[in-house]
Amino acid sequence: MHKVYHKIERIAGNVITVAADNVSYRELAQVQSPQGTSLAQVIRMDSGMIDLQVFAGSRGVSTDSQVRFLGRPMQVPFSDSLLGRVFSGAGEPRDKGPSINENMVDIGGPSVNPSKRIIPKNMVRTGIPMIDVFNTLVVSQKLPIFSIAGEPYNELLARIALQAEVDVIVLGGMGLKYDDYLFFRDFLEEHGALSRTVSFMHTASDPIVECLLVPDAALAVAEQFATQGKKVLVLLTDMTNFADAMKEIAITMEQVPSNRGYPGDLYSQLASRYEKAVDFEGSGSITILAVTTMPGDDVTHPVPDNTGYITEGQFYLRKGRIEPFGSLSRLKQQVNGDTREDHRTIMNTMIQLYASYKETLEKQSMGFRMGNWDAKLLKYGVRFEKEMMDLSVNIPLEAALDLGWKILADCFNPEETGVPSKLIAKFWPK
Amino acid sequence: MANIGKIIGVNSNLLRVRFEQPVVQNEVAYALLGSGTRLKSEVIRVRGSVAELQVFEDTTGLKEGDSVEFTSQLLSVELGPGLLTQVFDGLQNPLPQLAEQCGFFLQRGKYLEALPRDKKWAFTPSVAVGSKVSAGDALGWVPEGIFKHQIMVPFRLQGTFSVESISPAGNYVVTDTIAKLKDQSGKSHEVKLMQTWPVKLPIKCYAERLRPIEPLITKQRIIDTFFPVNRGGVYCIPGPFGAGKTVLQQLTARHADVDIVIIAACGERAGEVVETLKEFPEQTDPRTGKSLMERTLIICNTSSMPVAAREASVYTGVTLAEYYRQMGLNVLLLADSTSRWAQALREMSGRLEEIPGEEAFPAYLESVIASFYERGGIVRLKNGETGSVTIGGTVSPAGGNFEEPVTQATLKVVGAFHGLSRERSDQRRFPAIHPLDSWSKYRGIIDPVKTAEVHGVLRRGNDVGQMMKVVGEEGTSMDDFVLYLKAEFLDSVYLQQDAYNKIDEACPGDRQEYVFEKVYQILKTPVTFKEKDTARTFFLKLTQTAKDWNRVEFESGEFKELEGNILKALAEVTVNA
Repeated sequence: MHKVYHKIERIAGNVITVAADNVSYRELAQVQSPQGTSLAQVIRMDSGMIDLQVFAGSRGVSTDSQVRFLGRPMQVPFSDSLLGRVFSGAGEPRDKGPSINENMVDIGGPSVNPSKRIIPKNMVRTGIPMIDVFNTLVVSQKLPIFSIAGEPYNELLARIALQAEVDVIVLGGMGLKYDDYLFFRDFLEEHGALSRTVSFMHTASDPIVECLLVPDAALAVAEQFATQGKKVLVLLTDMTNFADAMKEIAITMEQVPSNRGYPGDLYSQLASRYEKAVDFEGSGSITILAVTTMPGDDVTHPVPDNTGYITEGQFYLRKGRIEPFGSLSRLKQQVNGDTREDHRTIMNTMIQLYASYKETLEKQSMGFRMGNWDAKLLKYGVRFEKEMMDLSVNIPLEAALDLGWKILADCFNPEETGVPSKLIAKFWPK
Repeated sequence: MANIGKIIGVNSNLLRVRFEQPVVQNEVAYALLGSGTRLKSEVIRVRGSVAELQVFEDTTGLKEGDSVEFTSQLLSVELGPGLLTQVFDGLQNPLPQLAEQCGFFLQRGKYLEALPRDKKWAFTPSVAVGSKVSAGDALGWVPEGIFKHQIMVPFRLQGTFSVESISPAGNYVVTDTIAKLKDQSGKSHEVKLMQTWPVKLPIKCYAERLRPIEPLITKQRIIDTFFPVNRGGVYCIPGPFGAGKTVLQQLTARHADVDIVIIAACGERAGEVVETLKEFPEQTDPRTGKSLMERTLIICNTSSMPVAAREASVYTGVTLAEYYRQMGLNVLLLADSTSRWAQALREMSGRLEEIPGEEAFPAYLESVIASFYERGGIVRLKNGETGSVTIGGTVSPAGGNFEEPVTQATLKVVGAFHGLSRERSDQRRFPAIHPLDSWSKYRGIIDPVKTAEVHGVLRRGNDVGQMMKVVGEEGTSMDDFVLYLKAEFLDSVYLQQDAYNKIDEACPGDRQEYVFEKVYQILKTPVTFKEKDTARTFFLKLTQTAKDWNRVEFESGEFKELEGNILKALAEVTVNA
């Protein structure tokens, strides 16, 4: 029933142009070339000329390749059998499992009505003290992890995927090194977390167009789980690759670039993905953690800059640790008052003392004389970094708070910490 | 006969449509999807027999050859009783009602009436048959919450009219005709409780525009004292992310001394609007004792909602503000953020393949921003009353760099600039308005000679602070060091406010005048110390007491006692001339 077109008018970058009629915007097509079959999507129509973005890339597409329109937009399957599976951005299985075609849902669906949103009030426990204690992750929050190349951000994400107290994890990998992809797969499998994870993986060697589809596919699946009452955590890595893929396509399409070559709608594009984070009243929720690598450690680069305006805070990953200064969960105030009465105090006291430790370190490096107080701070700083900041630490919030008291008690006298005496009486280890 | 065109091209939310009958620039058209869904759009360029339309929705599924229905109406909003307390999207669709019909998700092609059609309003006429009236004159009023909502002669009617008939006092719905007006040629015009007005045209049914001279109290000391805003003035708040733009806007919305606040949340996070949505109905307006929501109207087109509607949302906001100004009310429009609106312009300009200006913003960016801010102003109405629209827009400059085109274009047209700094917000100094970079051309509640003098202390103190970083405390003279401490004292106790403290979050005008006078005295008092450490300790203690002083009820016993402590401590170190 669908007409097949045999004449491709133009091939440029990953975009091919055919003359066709009765095609609808964003419709999918199948392109058959000597290299194999690939999906393609309509991205522009003008006077009978249809521009298609070929998912597998245009390499090997000939001017007489077959193009068959499918009459539907991009969709992903949705069912519980997705759990434990790994797909490509185009929704094809990457593992050895069968392809799934049941219950197809459109990707990039409409946004949530703001009047149906609720004020966030529940925390997501991750077992990582630097998050749980100091910058609590909140259900429906969207937070980026700002990092530079070489930092263990994928290890951090994998650890969160393992430890977070949620029902479903949706993992979206964009422009990953193949090694990283294997790392995620093996790590989750080894630790038995694969069974609650759905992965959409795009590696650096895959066609660039599939990279663009990863967040949408991941979020569409997440949305389906959430409307079924599941608490979903979406992990995306790395959004800078996603933005770069967008840049590449935009330039191919001869769009006017705005800032450092990125398309003018970078903000809207990122926002429409991040804003999928939501807490459905009386149903499930979506929380998003996304790695954004900062080229040259520059937070004013367009990608981290636009991200910062969209998200509710940020984590900085530096030297293998979540940096306590600069990192901020804007929603933490909503939840950390109701966890345990000493939560906020421990959070503030330990950070202030750690800041003093940093100052002492600076004095030490300049060769100043170290006093008694400095010695205490030095002892404290080392223990804080080792027992709290290290990413391999996995303890529940309450145990982390107890540990905080223990470290304080081992290093200081109660009155040196500035903690209110009421809390000292109750929590200070005897 | 309906004017129908055919789609010949689709590029994201831009349609190219071939038409045969005449079309109007900026008229509304509907693109018809195969499923029967109608997508609202606006004509933005015409070339030959092809019109280019921006669609306010997602265009997935449109085909070449699909029909487009032109309406020949400009993009308009409904004006009438029932606007206040509502939450609209950028096209004036009430969001809570949409949620009732469509559930969690917004559904494209779903448009609802902005004003409730079934609600009855108690109308009282204020003119008699035979009176001469013109556009903007009141014909009667209905009570809307705490306001007398004037029912006015439709703004689109030109010339003078005589009242042919007027309905007696009674209950009417917004679509009921309440008067008939006869123009000079004898033609009769019906007037309803509601009317419509195209958003991109300013409402100008007033006698004259006045110069904004009356201060608008926001209850933020740094604004009212140093960088004041006047009723009918326009100001902007640029700042990098995380500097506290939205918190400042929310506090202003809560405390500003105006009749009506319109919040246009334009392309920002949905979460922030939710706080306003859920908290305002529960808070009381200190001026009226009623719920804050009664004086508030929210236009909410958050970042994930369609980008063309984001462009429309600021116009919707300012049109509604102008409507209430026509009733002699003082309206404050807070637009958060105008950068997102400018970006919406940039996206459309890119799709139209216009020649880009700086950072790919369109060349007409400046004039569009200027004409938006120019819609603010204080006016004398035809009946002698005054009404005002004050506009406060936040700007989110890329990378926090104020040199970018949107900030610069905005600075050219505003009367006050409240620049937020990352440095101050990192130091948790709230509001993070930079006291040395910001400026205002308006006159505030405090004598400008004195504020200039105090500002001088701040500037010189800052210079000393910079110098101290190089030469150390040892290399700084005692006089300079005291000046530095005085500047820090001023910063902590006057410029900063505690947003988490019920009393300190809002400082009324009379209290500001009183506290300013005391702080001024303290700064003017010559003091001396033997050691720098004693000087530091003294000012730290003084700061602590003065902060407590800010947190207690004005003119209470505790207030007087703390004030006494401050003056006593000061007297001990004063140099007697």
